[in-house]
Order: sequence, then C-alpha cells, then structure tokens
Amino acid sequence: MNFLGRYIFSTDHKIIGLQYFILALIAAFTGMALSVAMRFHLSYPEAKVKLFEILWPNGAPGGVMTPELYLALMTMHGTIMVFFLLTTVPQGGFGNYFLPLQIGAHDMAFPRLNMLSFWTTALSFLVLCSAFVVEGGAPISGWTAYPPLSAVGPVAGPGLGQGMTIWVVSIALFSAGSLMGAINFITTTLELRAKGMSLLRMPLTCWGWFSTAIISLFAFAVLIAAGVLLLMDRELGTSFFLPAGLVINDKPIGRAGGSPLLWQHLFWFFGHPEVYIAILPGMGIISTVLATFSRKPVFGYKAMVAALLFIGFFGFLVWGHHMFISGMNPYSSIAFSVLTLIIGVPSAIKTFNWLGTIWGGSLHLTTAMLWALGFVSVFVTGGLTGIWLGQPALDLYFHDTYLVVGHFHMIMGVAAVFAMFAGTYYWWPRMTGRMLGETTGKVHFYCTFIGVYMIFIPMHFAGIAGNPRRYSDFSQFEFLRDLKMLHLGMTHAAFFTAAVQFLFLFNLLWSLRSRAKAPANPWRATTLEWATPSDEPPVVYRGAYEFSTPGARRDFRMQNEEEDTGT
Amino acid sequence: MLLAIVIWGVTGVVTAGFATKRWWFPAPINTHAAAFDSYFSANLIFSGIVFLAAQLALGWLIWRHRNRGQQAVHSDGNNRMELLWTSLTAILFLGAAIGSARMWSDVHLSTFSTTPMRIEASGKQFAWNFRYPGADGKFGKTDARLANDAAGNPAGILPDDPAGKDDIVNAALRIPAGRPVQLILRSNDVLHNFFVRELRVKQDLVPGLDIPLHILADKPGEYEIACSELCGLGHHQMRSVMIVLPQPDFDSWLGKQAAK
Amino acid sequence: MTSPGISRQASFTGLYAFFATIIMLFGAFTSAMVVRRGASKDWVGVPRSQLLWVNTGVLALSSIAAEKARRDLLNGHRMRFNIGWAAATLLGAGFVAGQFAVWQHLRHSGVYINSYPGSAFFYVGTVAHALHLAGGWIAMFYLMVRALRLQLGPGRRTAVDVTAVYWHFLGVLWLYLLWLFWFWGNWD
Ligand code: HEM
Ligand SMILES: [Cu+2]
Ligand SMILES: [Cu+2]
Repeated sequence: MNFLGRYIFSTDHKIIGLQYFILALIAAFTGMALSVAMRFHLSYPEAKVKLFEILWPNGAPGGVMTPELYLALMTMHGTIMVFFLLTTVPQGGFGNYFLPLQIGAHDMAFPRLNMLSFWTTALSFLVLCSAFVVEGGAPISGWTAYPPLSAVGPVAGPGLGQGMTIWVVSIALFSAGSLMGAINFITTTLELRAKGMSLLRMPLTCWGWFSTAIISLFAFAVLIAAGVLLLMDRELGTSFFLPAGLVINDKPIGRAGGSPLLWQHLFWFFGHPEVYIAILPGMGIISTVLATFSRKPVFGYKAMVAALLFIGFFGFLVWGHHMFISGMNPYSSIAFSVLTLIIGVPSAIKTFNWLGTIWGGSLHLTTAMLWALGFVSVFVTGGLTGIWLGQPALDLYFHDTYLVVGHFHMIMGVAAVFAMFAGTYYWWPRMTGRMLGETTGKVHFYCTFIGVYMIFIPMHFAGIAGNPRRYSDFSQFEFLRDLKMLHLGMTHAAFFTAAVQFLFLFNLLWSLRSRAKAPANPWRATTLEWATPSDEPPVVYRGAYEFSTPGARRDFRMQNEEEDTGT
Repeated sequence: MLLAIVIWGVTGVVTAGFATKRWWFPAPINTHAAAFDSYFSANLIFSGIVFLAAQLALGWLIWRHRNRGQQAVHSDGNNRMELLWTSLTAILFLGAAIGSARMWSDVHLSTFSTTPMRIEASGKQFAWNFRYPGADGKFGKTDARLANDAAGNPAGILPDDPAGKDDIVNAALRIPAGRPVQLILRSNDVLHNFFVRELRVKQDLVPGLDIPLHILADKPGEYEIACSELCGLGHHQMRSVMIVLPQPDFDSWLGKQAAK
Repeated sequence: MTSPGISRQASFTGLYAFFATIIMLFGAFTSAMVVRRGASKDWVGVPRSQLLWVNTGVLALSSIAAEKARRDLLNGHRMRFNIGWAAATLLGAGFVAGQFAVWQHLRHSGVYINSYPGSAFFYVGTVAHALHLAGGWIAMFYLMVRALRLQLGPGRRTAVDVTAVYWHFLGVLWLYLLWLFWFWGNWD
C-alpha cells in the first residue's frame, strides 16, 4: 500500500480516528484564535491591528474591526467549535479509534463508509472556511442562523449572501458525514462485539458513543431538512420561513406565509440534542478515567447507562427551552420547562455517581485524572446555571445575555474540552506509543482550569447586569459602560488561557520526538484497548471496571483475563 | 492535593463574586421585577448551597482519598443511594419548574383588571418606533413599504386610513407611571427583542406576528431599551429609552404631541 | 455495503439505521408542512399530476420484480434472477424518468417551486425521494452488472437482499408521500 492509501484514503479505523483528531486540532486552534480576536475587539474597539487588516482587508479597514467582522468571527467561532471540535473529537476521533478496540472488533462495520464520513467532514470544514474569502465575507447571523436574517440574502447585511449559502452547504455536508458515522457506530456496537462482551459489560465510553450515534442519527437528519428548506428560501424564492410584508433595508422581499419560528423549532430540535452529542462521549471518558485512577469500579454502572439512555431520549423533548421568549405559545413554555428540569435529573445522577466513584478510592492524580476531576467541577458549575435558564420566568431576563454565554461555555465548551483533554492524556500512549509529559500536562491543566473560571464566571455577572450577547461593541449603552472593567478582565483571562493551550500542542509534538516507548498498559486499566494485541479475537469474561476486587491477584482485572491465576 | 486547594480557592472566589453583587441587576421598578428578584435570590441561594456542597465535597474527596499507598474500597454502587439522590433532585427540580411557572403565568397568561393603554412597539434594523393610537384609540393601518423616516412617516401609516391620522409615533417609549400598558411588538424586517432590564422582561419581535406584552412601571425615570436578538451588524446600537412619567406629565406630553 | 467479509447481519442493521434517518428527514419535512399549513392562510393545496399514478404503478412493479428476483437468487435460479433484476432496474429508471416528466409537466403549466406553499413542499419532497432512489438505483445497476458477470449466487446475495429491502422501503415511502401530497395536502 502506498502512502496515499495508508494515511490519506485509509479505511483503517485507527488512521481515521487520528485524521478526525488532527482535523479537530486545526479547527480548535482556528476557533480559539477567532475568540481571542473577538475578545480583543470588545476591550480595545479602536485599536489598529495590522494582522486584522492583512487577514480581512474589507472587514478591518485600517486594522480596526468593523461590527460585521466581529459578528462574522462570532458565527465562525461558534460553528467551528460546536461542529468541528465538540462533535468531531469525542465521536469521530476517539470513537473511531477506540470503539472497535474496546469491544474487540477488527474494525468498524463499514470501513469504506467510515472513510467517506471523514472526508465529507473534512470537505465541510474547507467549505466553511471558504466563507471568509468570498464576497461579503463570512455570515453574521450566529451559529443558529435565524431567519429572516439568514434567509433573505445580502440586503440584510454583509456576509448574508454567498457567505451564508456556504455556511448552509457546509452544515449540510457535516450532517451527512455525521449520519454516515452514526450508522457505522450503531452497527459496530450492535453487531461486532467480541464473544462475552454483552452490552452491560461494555465500558461506559462505548455506551457514550453508542447513545451519541443514536442521537446523531435522529438529530442530523432534521438539521439537513431544515438546511434544505433554508437553502430553498435563499436561492429558489420559496417562503418556508419568510412571512408576508417583509421590507428589509427599504427593499420589499415579496414572500408570504412562512414562519420564522418554524426554523427555530427545527433548528433546536437538532440543537438541543447536539449538546448531548457533544458531551455524552465525554461523560463516558470521565467515568473511565475516574474509575481507573481511583482504582475503583464505576459507582452505579447501571444507573450511569440508564442515565445516558434517558438523556438520549428526553434530549429530543426539550428543544423549546431555547424559545421561551421567541413568541411561542406561553403554555408550551411551561411544558418545555418541566421537561427540561426533568432532564437535569440524570445529569445530576451522573455527578453523584462520579463523586461516588472517587469516594473511598486511591486517587492517582495523573494529568488525565486532573482533567477528569476538573470536568466534574466545571460540570457542576455550568449545570447549576442551566437550572436557572430552564425556568421561563428567569429566562425572561437572562435569555440572550452573557449569562447564557457563560453557561454554555462552561457546560458545553469547557466541560467537553476537559473531557477531550482527559481522553488525550489517557489514550495518547495507546494512539502513538509515547507518553505525554506529565509536568507540562499539569501546568497546562492548572492554568486552563483557573483560566476558564476567570473568563466565564465574569460573563455570568455581565449577564446578571443585563449585558446582551452578540454585541460587537458596548459603548452605546450607559449600563454597559459600567461593565468595562469586567470585560477587560475576561479579555485578559482569555489571552492567558489561549496562550497556555500552546503548552498542549507542544506536549503532543514533543512526545513524538521522545524515543522512550510507552508501556503496553501504562495505567493498569481493564478495558480491551490495553490488552496485548493478538490475531485471535478476544474473549471477554467480565465487566469493564474490575478494580481492587477483594482476593484478586492485582488491583485490576482486564476484561479478557481468563481467570485469576498468576502469570 | 494542590487540586483540592485550587478547587476550594476557585469556589471561594466564585462565591464571593456572587455574594458581593458588584455587577448586578438594576433596581426593580415594579412588583414583577421585585418578585423576580426575590425568586432569583431563592434560586441563587439554593444553587449556591449545591455549588458549595458539591465543590467542597469534590475537593475533600480528592484530599482524603489521594493515593498514599492505601487500598481502594471495592464498591459497585449502592441502589439505595441512587434512589435517594434521584428522588431528591427530581423533587427539587420539579419544584423549581412549578415555582417559575407561576411567575411566568403572571407575565404572559394573566390580564390586567383595568384595560391597559395600547402602544405599538416596532423594531427595524436598527431603530425603534413607538406608536400611540391618538384620540380615536385606533391604530391606522400600515404598510412597511411606505415607512420613511425622512418623510415623517417612520411607521408607514397608510395616508388614506382615517384611523391613522391622529396616530403619534415616537422614537422613545413614554409611558405613565403606575398604569398598565399593553405593548404590541412587531417587526417587518428581522427578529429583534424588546428588553428593559428594570422591568425584568424581554420578548422577541417576530415578523408576521403581533406579540402582546404587558408591562407596568411604577417608578418614574429613564430606562434603556436594548435589542436582545441578533438583528444584523448594528445590533449593538439598537437602543432606545423607556421614559416613565408621572400621569400628569405624561398627559401633557401626549397632548402636545397630538397638537403637532 | 458490498465489500466482502461484512456479516449479513451487520449490513441489515446498518440499513435499518439508515431507514431511521430517512424517516426523520421526511418526518421533518412533514412537520414543517403541517406547521406551515397551519401557520398562515395562503395554503392552496399541492399540485397533482395524473402521471404520478402511472409512476406509482411502475415503482410497484419494480419492487415486485426485485422481490421475485431476490427469491430466485436464493433458490439458485441465476438466469431468472438476471432477468428479474434487470427488469426491476429498468422499471426503477422508468420511475425516475416519470418523475422528471411530472416536474417538466408542472413547470410547463407554470407550477414552480416558489409558486405556492404546496408546490414548494411537493418539489422538495419528490426530489429528496428521487435522490434517495437514485442511490438505490446505482446499487441495483451495479449488482446487475455483477450478476451478468456471474459474480452472485445463493451464497453471495447479501447485497441483493439489502438493496431489495431498501428499494421496498423507498416504495413504501413513496406511497406515504403520495398520500401526503395528493390527499392530505389537498384536504380542506
Ligand atoms: C478560549 C476559549 C473561548 C473564548 C475566549 C470564547 C469566547 C467567546 C465569545 C467572546 C463569544 C461571543 C459572545 C457574543 O458576542 O455574544 C463566543 C461565542 C460562542 N462560543 Fe466561545 N469561546 C471560547 C471557547 C469556546 C468553546 C470551546 C466552544 C465550544 C462549544 C465555544 C462555543 C461558542 C458558541 C457556540 C458561541 C455562540 C456563537 C453565537 O452566538 O452564534 N466557545 N465565545
Ligand atoms: Cu437545549
Ligand atoms: Cu435589533
């Protein structure tokens, strides 16, 4: 096999997993750079930056960022982060690499479909980035793309012409790639498990990937449908989302009968489950890492599985909590609120079980473990504000304020990213045969942990003071001028946090240079990816987390260890 | 160990940040806003307790069970504990849902005992217009295509509709203190959102829909209206003010406008 | 789907998962249609063309032929399989051509995608269905070629079975769309 076949158009799940990982790494640093530029602009709106001018000659004439450039960066930041980081690493990256290994399969069920799914995703990313260079620049309608703004073309503002079309096409491609992945994950989990690997013996990571795949299967189909309808409104003159009588910028639009709320329903029917797509695999990783480094079984394994499935199902019934103030029927708000708070319960259950897992353990505070414990901390912090936002009476004030921005960054952004870091530190030895530097890793962790609290907690205060989100400038309102110092603090915290992420990059690259091979099972873990590779398909004798079993020879028993005689 | 200390430290700073209320809500100007504040306080206290308990417990567990060569306890879980914390959180969360449903109904599902004054609030990229029906109490029909600020018809009132002759259109929202007002929110271009912090309410303006919003302000003063739904590149400057006047001042202002 | 070494069971599981997304896709279109119809007063029905019934018949025959061919292959009647499968493929192409004719006909009578809400949903629904069908048709065609090269048999029939089941599924989906557009869309 030549280079192209082995590394580029590979059908090997391990290579594909790494491809997803690298794609997401590029996306993550891009998205982060955009956020730094945004924060910079918010605190130094007048500053002339040569780099902005070079990158966006039209968006930043003279180096001063225009409002439309800010909104374009914001849209691209949100889109890149949600789709190409959160949806890509945990599922496409780790899932592809480790699902077959953990269930003892030879590869994914449909390797060629798997390759196609990756290349569709990669193409979608390129398409998205191309929005920056077309006429009018990237779209300014946010990652939620609400019509009419997103549906009427460039009359409504810069970036809403070609840039917006490109955005829709990119999202449709991404959805198609995710659907292929989902079919593969579901089939692999159901059909290719090794002998003895009953569903309830699977590691919780596999449960996470499996339930995420099921959610993706339903959610992305709806997003494609919504995207198609939006594209028709934009390009072919239909009126799915455009009501009668629109006059934008003195130009009559001439459509009739459509409903802007219809888009919101379709979008959030996808969008809420999407946040679980982002976090469920991470929850699986956290459970595994906590158990391994506490040398204890996962507390309440079955409750954890039940909570995952419950979240997966109820996740489809709560989309309306994004629409409390949208003009939707006020009675449905109450129903959505009740359902939303109900779905908070399994998340709380998981948190209790994580605490139960470390309770009574023997905690080895490796870098992976630090990220996992940090995850529990930020998950609690972000989850509690979710309870506020799930209540329509409070959302009356908080909707579309910085409190929301603080909330979703904590629970969706930071928590999911912490899980990815935990997974990377934990699995890197298996993926590359090299250990990551623990000291660098710990410095990276502590700086990031403190950094994210310093960025995102103050956002909550700004939100309580009423600061609307998606503002490119805070100088027009008296009450916002009072928040200047607060924002300045966040901006500098963002600079700091972004800077320390290069430690991570450095750590990855440095480890590849080192000549010391990682041991086969460096964490003394129980799951199959750490088993000695052999040509025979593995046979599984026990559940995934047999740590510190009384009377056992060592403090862990691998799933494929036949019985407990010494070797 | 360091981690436990860092978690406790962060927890302390976050708690202190919320407790000092340096950046906080503006003072309420009606009973709904006051009720909102106390309901939020209850939420804050409740989540504060959970926050502290969870973070302190996390730090404590890390501290207490850090590896010092001890053997971990083998435990697969405990069904009674699962049941306990599941039902406990379920009760608390559902309590919150019910608690907030009451307040929500007060805003959106109740009616005033007296008939409210009707004002149309419309948004367009990136300005606000507030229209009063004038002496006849009726709004004239509008067509957005006719809207023209320069020609003195920002709302696009049809010239041949007699009901529109006495309509008053203003860029600021003036309302009498203590009197119920029904805003009719409309937009003819994109989504906007009517948000006055002191009222503790916000509501989207949706093209194609006339959305009623009941407000009542007791305290005279000037309050900023901030568009809170992304509406384009000027979203951040879509500002107006709500001026609450004592009834006599309001009446004389309205009289002067009508005379114009 | 056709690469060797994949168990039959896995192919079917993958297919059923694919059905789930297709159902969600058309479910989303349907609910959009229901909302769109309820939300405003400009609903005037969905375009009808008698040709649709002919197409329906052609698709049904194609499905029947595919099913018969599938059973023939199972029983080792390769020759009969070849004929039946080729017929199914041909009829499948006939359906797609027929749909093109319907669109053409509608456009000639001035019904475009942006003419009225019903026409928009009609075009979106039928085109989306035709695209799914085209995917299935390519698989059928490929299998036809392989069959003519004698590469299939009772022991190598998973691809045929999967394709046939997919084909039937799209047939049922078509009946649903027909009901939705012809009847539901035009009820008052
Ligand atoms: C260095 C870390 C990060 C910083 C400093 C940052 C900062 C920001 C800022 C300033 C905004 C715009 C807020 C506004 O104007 O309303 C924003 C929006 C957003 N961010 Fe981040 N962010 C970071 C990481 C992430 C991550 C990891 C995610 C992954 C979920 C994420 C997802 C989003 C989303 C979805 C939006 C909303 C975009 C929109 O309103 O359409 N961010 N972020
Ligand atoms: Cu949600
Ligand atoms: Cu606005």
